Amino acid sequence: MDASNYLYVSALLFTIGAVGVVVRRNAIVVFMCIELMLNAANLSFVTFSRINGDLDGQVMAFFTMVVAACEVVVGLAIIVTIYRSRRSASVDDASLLKR
Amino acid sequence: MLQLALEVGQTAKPEAVMFWILGPLAVVASLAMLLVKKAVHSAILMAFVMIVLAIFYIAQDAVFLGIVQVVVYTGAVMMLFLFILMLVGVDSSDSLTETIRGLRPIAITAAVGFGGLLVSLLGRATIGRSAQGLTEANSEGNVQALAQLLFSTHVWPFEVISALLITAALGAMVLAHHQSTTVRPTQRQLSIDRFRGETLGTAAGLPGPGVYARHNAVDVPALLPDGTPAAGSVNATLEARGDMLDYKKFDLSEVNTKVEEEK
Repeated sequence: MDASNYLYVSALLFTIGAVGVVVRRNAIVVFMCIELMLNAANLSFVTFSRINGDLDGQVMAFFTMVVAACEVVVGLAIIVTIYRSRRSASVDDASLLKR
Repeated sequence: MLQLALEVGQTAKPEAVMFWILGPLAVVASLAMLLVKKAVHSAILMAFVMIVLAIFYIAQDAVFLGIVQVVVYTGAVMMLFLFILMLVGVDSSDSLTETIRGLRPIAITAAVGFGGLLVSLLGRATIGRSAQGLTEANSEGNVQALAQLLFSTHVWPFEVISALLITAALGAMVLAHHQSTTVRPTQRQLSIDRFRGETLGTAAGLPGPGVYARHNAVDVPALLPDGTPAAGSVNATLEARGDMLDYKKFDLSEVNTKVEEEK
């Protein structure tokens, strides 16, 4: 089987994640969609690592995972803080700067 | 398209079978993630996609990353998501209604364009190039080879990222630390407020939910002597979730005996 098939799956997952970030309103779901995009990028890293016969791609994917874990920790803390002050996890409600 | 059909036909290798079963499933699950209403369902579907990706990693000779994916993502990150979901609870943001007019068609058009661009680009870029495989790179074992790279070539980014991890943990602690601006009322103060307040309506506590002989009711409001439902007798969470039942259903004058007998 051609390894580039994984790249197509990765492209699809990335696109779906991007749509989710734009369309959904719940901040937690938006966050999960960002995670999906990061994971899609990871899948293409791993696939390119296999295509090139080089482990550098896997190292990059490992770094991405660590960065994603950091991002989740801080992002969820921000969501909880916002929820505490305005009792809502909707990304549309936090529009104080607009007015 | 023809080539794709041929490839689907040649499922001699176990990897191809695995791919053509799990790949579409992952894409469908991630699509469903956008379409389901409840955030908890999204999280479960997301966990499924993560596990499928872990299997893909292992199939592509990235054993270490596959295991890390299961442990870190499905184990830690998704549980963190579920934990925060439980903390935040349900609110109006779970609904799928469009708040900005015309956003959805624009987003879908842009996504189709972007996805089409990516896929066609990939199709052109990798045609006729066969995978080299990692058997040579992994000859001493995947973990050993990765460790060799991490602690020699990439040691500086590795250290930087460890600093980032510590910073993130500290940042989360700072954000989660709650400095109260008001003094928390004591039990004594609460009691005094209850009896010296404007009304004595809630002096004995909030009313309990309506308990009817025909329903074990925490989700039905109690009735006041004048026949109206008592506000505050049902937990606000049940109300927000839409799990509150109508008290009229259990009104004795409107009992539908036929339905009851069927039950």
